[in-house]
Amino acid sequence: MKSPSFLASINPSTQPDTLDSVERAQIDASTRLPVLLFFGSAIFWLLVGSLLGLISAWKMTHPGLLDGASWLTFGRLRPAHLNTVIYGWASAAGIGVGIWLMARLCRVALMHTKLLVTAAIFWNLGVLVGTLGIIAGDSRSIEWLEFPGYSTPILFVAYAFIGVWTIIMFRYRRPGHVYVSQWYLLAAFLWFPWLYATANILLIWQPIQGSAQAAVNWWYAHNVLGLWFTPIGLASAYYMIPKVIGRPIHSYYLSILGFWSLALFYSWNGMHHLIGGPFPAWMVSASVVASIMMFIPVITVAINHHMTMRGHFGALKWSPTLRFTVFGAMTYTLVSLQGSMMAIPSWNTLVHFTDHTPGHAHLGLYGFFTMILFGAMYYIIPRLVGWEWPSATMIRWHFWLAAIGIGMMVVSLTIGGILQGLAFYDPAVSFRSSLDYATPFRIVRGISGFLLLGAHLVFAVLFIQMVLKLGAPKEGPALFAKPESKEAVAV
Amino acid sequence: MNRMPLLFLGIFLTFASSWVGLVAYPYFNLGRLEPLTDEDTGGYLPPARPGLAVAGQRAYAANGCVYCHSQQVRFSPLSTDIQKGLGPRQTVARDYIREQPAFLGTMRTGPDLSNIGVRQPDVNWHHQHLYEPKTVTDWSIMPSYRYLYRMQKIEGQPSDDAVRGLRGPHAPPPGYEVVPTEEAKALVAYLLSLKRNYPLPEAPEPASN
Repeated sequence: MKSPSFLASINPSTQPDTLDSVERAQIDASTRLPVLLFFGSAIFWLLVGSLLGLISAWKMTHPGLLDGASWLTFGRLRPAHLNTVIYGWASAAGIGVGIWLMARLCRVALMHTKLLVTAAIFWNLGVLVGTLGIIAGDSRSIEWLEFPGYSTPILFVAYAFIGVWTIIMFRYRRPGHVYVSQWYLLAAFLWFPWLYATANILLIWQPIQGSAQAAVNWWYAHNVLGLWFTPIGLASAYYMIPKVIGRPIHSYYLSILGFWSLALFYSWNGMHHLIGGPFPAWMVSASVVASIMMFIPVITVAINHHMTMRGHFGALKWSPTLRFTVFGAMTYTLVSLQGSMMAIPSWNTLVHFTDHTPGHAHLGLYGFFTMILFGAMYYIIPRLVGWEWPSATMIRWHFWLAAIGIGMMVVSLTIGGILQGLAFYDPAVSFRSSLDYATPFRIVRGISGFLLLGAHLVFAVLFIQMVLKLGAPKEGPALFAKPESKEAVAV
Repeated sequence: MNRMPLLFLGIFLTFASSWVGLVAYPYFNLGRLEPLTDEDTGGYLPPARPGLAVAGQRAYAANGCVYCHSQQVRFSPLSTDIQKGLGPRQTVARDYIREQPAFLGTMRTGPDLSNIGVRQPDVNWHHQHLYEPKTVTDWSIMPSYRYLYRMQKIEGQPSDDAVRGLRGPHAPPPGYEVVPTEEAKALVAYLLSLKRNYPLPEAPEPASN
């Protein structure tokens, strides 16, 4: 087989072996049921998770709120919030985006739909049982792994089906170039089961001893972010940006460098959550170095995306997909550089144990990953249901509520956390001052929770309208404005 | 990138490197530390934990105390944890060998509890605090754990374990008393067992505070 030309090999929209629109529509249609199942359930868990987060946030300034019942206590609602958004929303929506991208990039219709439908049902069952388990008091309070031991095997079985399906799809792909998004997806779908099984065996089923648990815990938790969410998010950005603006990715070699440096450095990051803790110095140092080295994949991807977008930023004015995706991609750069900085021991000592960390976590999980997921869903769902988004105004509301909400949350927690850290650091300042400093910022964070919940309600209504095909049929896609140039090939 | 074996090998090896370093190594090293023998008393360091305190650790997990309270004292001069009075020395791996799980924590929304058993050895104080935190600290934002307590009518003599000195809207009216459930007693036993002030050779106390 003749190898494709350089440019053609890196851009899905100009590949010589690309599909005609009829074939592409058939492939999209074949993914319809499982992808919509994952998306629909994900949006449900997003609403549940936002509500749990909102209540937890207000409990931090108003501890009397809904107190007096074990199942409503802060120490159960907070992990319930984290696990529903991590497993119920972000993972499920990410799997949905991954399935659709795999089918498109392998250029074959989806195989074994039943396998994926079963996986979707099991996954949601696992999240439901696990969340109820936390609320009922069965959590072992291991962060990011709070789901009790009786629910995680259900999730693992669900995941095993998805992993097997990924390998089958890849094995039967149509010959041709393997696009950068596929590297990221394959890696994520192979890393996750290893990660999840290791952490569950060593922490939940056959717990290892002492502080070794904390090392495995943060190796797991940071890698869920770095080697599961991040590759899926980057896979989506690498696909959506060139697709919407209709030009190839800037540099194939930067794509390679970005991918391999991420794989190597990100996997070593976890111990930066434990700086100053009871561990051999080399373990913490290795993670600090790896965290600083994250500059390489992050800057590489940022340059690659920026150079691809250059001259086409006008498209942000009209394309919902692009606006959400570019917001997410830019936040990825920001949150990663912030993360590298937070791993520097002197700075870490100040902001560790403060609200600064949840601020950073939300910037990553929401500002980066969730916004990318929204962007991808705006692109994918019309192609599954054969219906256009009913209202550009509602999409605009969704975007601005989400963007302003996450901005308020991150800025307030970031500043409040630094003040809290200064209070912790200075021996002359009392513990009470750390609360007094943090409280006004926590109130702003509580308000931002309403904005985010509002954004999610708007999105849920839009999704229901799409699935039920409500409203008048539209001529073209829902755009914020008229495209300025004729180059636009997709939204 | 079309060399698939290379792609798969790379995906495997990069991840395996961190698995070896951050999972397998601590498993075989930190995970196999033994307690030391205390030459003065013939006991162990860290001391064994009473059964009630072990049950209390489960209550600590079930109610999510770890989301606001850390249990680690970082070393000087990296941090000021020791000057702040969190403990006389940094906490080290051996301190946690009996912990299931090790609640190192990531937040200090509330104070660090590495040595709460030393700072606050009074059982009744802990029950007051868990039942209604504002009874002992009026600016506290800790939630009330009164679902771990029973309010009951005093029949004859007040119960021995009734919580004394409660104030605020949930204080028992005259003729009533608040008694801890087994879970509350276990939780307090666990909190009182948090004393990481025994000497360990690998963690000398800093010469001057």
